[in-house]
Amino acid sequence: MEKHQLQYETVRFNLNGRDVERTVDVRASLTDMLRNDFRMTSVKKGCEVGECGACTVLIDGETFNSCIYLAVWAQGKHIRTLEGVLGPDGQLSDVQQAFVEEAAIQCGFCTPGFVLTAEEILETGQEYTDEQLRKLLSGHLCRCTGYENILRAVKKAMYRRLGKEPPQ
Amino acid sequence: MSKQVGENAVRVDAYDKVTGRAKYTDDLCDRGALVVKVCHSTIAHGFVKAIDTSEAEAVPGVVKVLTCFDVPDIEFPTAGHPWSTDPAHQDVADRKLLNRHVRYYGDDVAVVIAEDEVAAAQALRAIRVEYEELPFVLDAQEAMREGAPQIQERYKNNILAHSDVRRGNYETARQEPGLIKVEGWYDTPTVQHCHIENHGCFAYKEAGRVVVVSSTQIPHIVRRVVAQALGLPWGKVRIIKPYIGGGFGNKQDALYEPLCAWCSTQVGGRLVKLECSREETFVSNRVRHAIRTHIISYVRPDGTLVARKLEAFSNQGAYASHGHGVVAKGMNAFPQLYPCPNVECDSWTVYTNRPAAGAMRGYGIPQAMFAGESHIDDICKAIGMSPLEFRRKNLMPVGYVDGFSKNELYSDSFNQCMDKGMELLDYQRKYQAYQNQTGPVRRGVGLAVFWYNTAVWPISLESSSCRMVLNQDGSLQFQTGETEIGQGCDTAYSQMVADAVGIPLSDVHVVSTQDTDVTPFGTGAYASRQTYIGGFSIAQTAQALRERILNIAHEQTRMPVSNLDLVDGQIVRKSDGRILKSLGDLATESLYSLESSRHITAETTAQIKSNAYSFGCSFAEVEVDIPMCRVKLLRLVNVHDCGRLINPALAEAQVHGGMSMAIGYGLSEELKFDPKTGRVLNDNLLDYKLSTFLDHPALEAAFVENPEPTSPYGTKALGEPPACSPAPAIRNAILNATGVAIDSCPITPHILYRKFREAGLIQE
Amino acid sequence: MYDIKALYQAKSVADAVALRLAHPEAQIIAGGSDVLVQMREGKRAGAELISIQTLDEIRGVSMDDDGTIRIGSLTSFSHITWDPLIQKYINVLGQAVDQVGGPQIRNIGTIGGNTCNGVTSADSASTLHAWDAIIELTGPDGIRRQPIHDFYIRAGVVDIREGEIQTAILIPKESYENCFGHYIKYAMRSAMDIATLGTSVNVRLSADKKTVERARVAFGVAGPVPLRAVRAEELAAGQPVSLELAERFAQAVKEDINPRDSWRAAKDFRIHIAVESAKRAFIESVKLAGGDL
Repeated sequence: MEKHQLQYETVRFNLNGRDVERTVDVRASLTDMLRNDFRMTSVKKGCEVGECGACTVLIDGETFNSCIYLAVWAQGKHIRTLEGVLGPDGQLSDVQQAFVEEAAIQCGFCTPGFVLTAEEILETGQEYTDEQLRKLLSGHLCRCTGYENILRAVKKAMYRRLGKEPPQ
Repeated sequence: MSKQVGENAVRVDAYDKVTGRAKYTDDLCDRGALVVKVCHSTIAHGFVKAIDTSEAEAVPGVVKVLTCFDVPDIEFPTAGHPWSTDPAHQDVADRKLLNRHVRYYGDDVAVVIAEDEVAAAQALRAIRVEYEELPFVLDAQEAMREGAPQIQERYKNNILAHSDVRRGNYETARQEPGLIKVEGWYDTPTVQHCHIENHGCFAYKEAGRVVVVSSTQIPHIVRRVVAQALGLPWGKVRIIKPYIGGGFGNKQDALYEPLCAWCSTQVGGRLVKLECSREETFVSNRVRHAIRTHIISYVRPDGTLVARKLEAFSNQGAYASHGHGVVAKGMNAFPQLYPCPNVECDSWTVYTNRPAAGAMRGYGIPQAMFAGESHIDDICKAIGMSPLEFRRKNLMPVGYVDGFSKNELYSDSFNQCMDKGMELLDYQRKYQAYQNQTGPVRRGVGLAVFWYNTAVWPISLESSSCRMVLNQDGSLQFQTGETEIGQGCDTAYSQMVADAVGIPLSDVHVVSTQDTDVTPFGTGAYASRQTYIGGFSIAQTAQALRERILNIAHEQTRMPVSNLDLVDGQIVRKSDGRILKSLGDLATESLYSLESSRHITAETTAQIKSNAYSFGCSFAEVEVDIPMCRVKLLRLVNVHDCGRLINPALAEAQVHGGMSMAIGYGLSEELKFDPKTGRVLNDNLLDYKLSTFLDHPALEAAFVENPEPTSPYGTKALGEPPACSPAPAIRNAILNATGVAIDSCPITPHILYRKFREAGLIQE
Repeated sequence: MYDIKALYQAKSVADAVALRLAHPEAQIIAGGSDVLVQMREGKRAGAELISIQTLDEIRGVSMDDDGTIRIGSLTSFSHITWDPLIQKYINVLGQAVDQVGGPQIRNIGTIGGNTCNGVTSADSASTLHAWDAIIELTGPDGIRRQPIHDFYIRAGVVDIREGEIQTAILIPKESYENCFGHYIKYAMRSAMDIATLGTSVNVRLSADKKTVERARVAFGVAGPVPLRAVRAEELAAGQPVSLELAERFAQAVKEDINPRDSWRAAKDFRIHIAVESAKRAFIESVKLAGGDL
C-alpha cells in the first residue's frame, strides 16, 4: 500500500481568548486537535459525523460540530470551548448555574455542547419562545433528560439576563 | 432525624459535568495508546473459511492483525448478571472473542492493532475474509420452524429457552357461554440504547495483571467475564469504571472489554484502546429484544376477565446475552397486572441472525406493556367500556401477593396514580369529547399503566456492599459497587449517608469511580435497584460506623454510649443536648492518639431478600393529521409511585428521560434490516430516529408517594419504569382519535399510511 | 483523523481553478459536512482534497445591477436564512434551508455544497429548482452559467467540468418578482433529518389576486434528482384562485413525479405525501401572495 505522505501545517488561532499555535497533521479534525493537543475534555465525541452535537464549539461566535471541521481551518479564527466559559476563579456562567439548578445534567456527556449553544443563543440578547428555543437547541441529542430540564435551564438563564420574570 | 433524604440536593457531579471536566473513559487514556479496530462480518450467517491479512499487515503503522483463528478456544457469557455458583443458572456461554461461525451481519471476525486510527481503518479495509455463506433468518417465529438455519449448535429450532405460566383451566373456562373473545398480535421493534457516549475501553498490563478502564455499568461483573474469556484467574483482572456517558442497559453487558484486554496481551501488555463508533454501537453492541406477542382474552360483557392466553416470541439475535430473562419478566407480569383465574402463558426466546439483544431500560416490560395495554384498549373497544373503568375493575388490587417473589402491593398505587394523571390531563372529559370526530385533523387521549418490580430477587442474588472511611475533619468517603451512570445515584446515596451517619451533606464524599481492586463488591447499575439495594448497605454500614464512632466517643468523653448521639457532625450528650465535641476532633484524636491510634472505618455487605413493586401510568394526548399520516404528541403525563422520593428533582429528571425514550419507542425508533443481506440499514443517528428537542411536548412527571415498607428509605424502582407505559398510551390515544387500532410500534407515518388506507380514512 | 491523502488549500477562486487543473482527481471540499462524512465511511477514503472552505470572496448574498440575487456558493445555510435580501425577495429559500439538519449543520453546510453533491433530498434544491435558479461556475475559460435543471445530470452527479468550481447561485429578477412560495419538508423528525419528500411551490397572482399567473412546483426525493411538475404548473397557469384548483393542481403532480421504493419510504406513500404537500404548499403560497382561499 502506498505510504501516506505526512503533511503538517502550523495553525495560529485564538482559543478561549488566548492566541495559540500548533503544528498539526492536516488530516486532523478540530475535535482531534482540541482533545489531543489542548486536552479540552469538554469537546466530546459522540458520532463523529455531525449528528449528535457533543463536539460543539463556537467558531467566530457560531456553533459548529468540530468533528466535521478540519483543524487547519482554524487558522485565524476565534474558537471558544466550554473551558472558556468558566470564570477565572472557576465561577460558573449563568447558563451553567441554571443547568445545575434545574437538574439539567445527568450523564453529562451532552452537557458541554448544550451549554455552549445556549451561550450563543443568549448572547443575542433576544427573548425567545419555547418553540424557538427548542429549534435553536435541536442540533444536540440527549438520551437522559428528555430535553425538559435543559429547556427550563436555558429559559431561566435567558430571563435572568433579560432581567424579566418568566411568564407563568 | 432525616434532613437530606427528600431534599433537592444538587448533584454531587454537577460542577464537574457542567464544566466539561468530568473524566470519561477516553479522557483518561494516554494519547500514545495503540488503536484497536474490529473487522465485522459482511454476511449475516456462515463460516469464515480463511482470512488474508497480508495486505493489512503491510499498511504502515499496523502493529498486528489478529483473527478468529488466533483467539483462545473459550466460549464465554456476556450478560451483566450476578454469577451463579449453580451451573444450571449460569448465563449461556456462546461466543468467543472473535468468531469463525458468523451469526449476524456485523459479527466480530478480526482485529487490527495500529499506531493510529487512520492506519487501523486502512488495514481494516485491506483484510480479505473468505466466507462459506449460509442461509439466515431475522424473524423469531421463522427461526423456530423446522429447517430454519441453525444459529447456535446446541439449541434445536433456535430456541434458547421456553417458559410458561398456568393458572386454572383456560380451555374449560373459555367455553362459558356469552363471552366476548378479543384477540391480537402485537409487534415491538429492535431498538438501541443510544447513550451519547459510545462504549469504549482501554487496556494495559501492570504488575502482571490486565487492567481495563471501561465505559461500563457493571465493573465487578466485567472483571469476571474478562477473566473467563481470557482463561485467567479472576484476580488477575482489574476493571476501572470512570464517569460514563449513559448506559441504559447496553453497558450492563461485557461488550468489548474482553477483546480489548486480550489485544493488550497480544502486544506485550502495551496500552491499547478500543472505541466503538456510533455504527458499531448500533450493530455490534446490544439492542432491545423485538418481541411479538399474541394475546387472547375472553371477557364477560361487564368487563370481567374469564380466561386469557399469551404467547410471546422474543428475538434474541445471534448471542444469548441476557437471554430469556427479558421476555420472561414481561410474561410473568401478565397474570399479575390483571389477575384472572384462568391463564395460559408461554414465552420463547429465539436465536436469529440479528444483533444480540441484551438489557435495555425496562427489561421486557416496555414490550409487554405495549402488547398488554394496547390489548386492554382493544377489549374496551370490543365491549364498549371506558379504558379507565375497565382498569379500575381489573387491575391488581391492594394486598395482592405474588406467589413466587412474595412481592406485595401495599398501597393503592394504580388508582392513586390514575387519579392524578387523569386530573392533570383532564382525561375523562377529553376522552368523551374526542369520540366520533370527523375531519382530517383529530385529537385523542390515551391511558396505559405499567407493572414493574425493583431489583432481581429471588431470580438471582441481590447484595450490596458499602465502605465508609472517616477523615480527620469528620468528613467521610464512601464507596459502593453500585455505579453512577447518569441517573444520580452518587447524589442520592450521599443524601442517604448524610442522614444515616448524622453528618452534613457537605461532609460526605462519594468515591464515584469503581475500581475492582478497591471498591467493595457489588454488581453494578441495573434493574432499577440502586436506591433500593444500595439503601440497605448504606443504612447498615452507617450503623456500624456510628457504633464505632460512639464507642470511641465514649472513650474520649467517658460518657456511656447510651447517652451519646452523632447529630450533624457533632457528638451530642443526649440527656441535655450539649455538644461534647465535633466529629472532626474525635477523628483527629483517634487517628493521632499515642495510646490507641485507630482509623475509623466500616464496611458491610447487605444481602437483600425482598423486592418491591413499583407501579404507575401514562396519559397521552395526540393530534393526528390523517392526510399527512402524522401524529403530534401534544401532552404526555407520567405518574409514578416509587415510594418515598430521595431527591424529587432528580427523580423528576429520571422520569423525563424514560418518557423521552418511550416516545421514540412509540413513534419513531427502530433498527431496519435489509431482507436480502441481514445488514442493519440505519446504523447512524441520522437514519435512526431518536427524538430531537423538537419532537417532544413539555414532559410532565408526577408522583404518588407511598413509602415502601421493605426499604430502609421507603424507596423503590424509578430508573426503568418511566420507559414502560408511554408508548401504549400514545397508541391508545391514536385509537381514541381515529378509531384505528395500531398493532405495532413504532407508529411511524409509514404504518399510519397503511392503516389509514385500510380503514378508509385516506383514499388514493 | 481523516484518511486524506493530500490537502490543497485554495487561497482564491483563481487558485482553486489552478489546483483543480493540477489535481484533477482531487475532491473539492467546501463546508465539510458531506465530504468528511463520506470519507469517514470509507467512500472517499484516501482521497486528495482541494479545500475552498476559506474563500470569503464567494461567501454572502448580494444583488447584481440587473436585480439578480447572487448567493455566493460558500454562503452557509444560516447566513442565507438571516440575509435581508433573501428575507425580502425569496423568503421561502431561507425557510427551506432553515430546515437542513440542525443549527450547527446550518452554520457549516453551504448552498454550493448542497447543490454540488447532486442529491435529490437536499433542502435547498427543490426551492432552487422551483425558482429557476442559475448556477454560476468559474473555470479556466472564465464564467459559465447554466440553469439548475441542466446542472443536475443524475443522482449524485452534476455538471462541473474540468478545472471548474461553483462560485454562485443566481436568481433572476423575473423569477422572484411578485412571487411567493412555501416549502414543506416531510421528514420523520422535526430536526436533524433528511427529507422523505421536499415540496416547494411558488405562485405569482394577478394584480387583483384572483388569478394564478404562474405557479411553479418542484420536489426533492420524487425522483433521482430534484424535479419540476410541469403539468401541474401548466394546469394552474391563468386559472382563477380556488381550493378546487389547489386540489387539481396537487393531483396533477402525479403525472411528473417518479419516486422510488426504498427502505426509507415506499413509492405509494411518497406519492401520497407529494399530492397532499403540493396542495398545502399551493394554498399557503396563494395566501402569502395575498390570494383569498
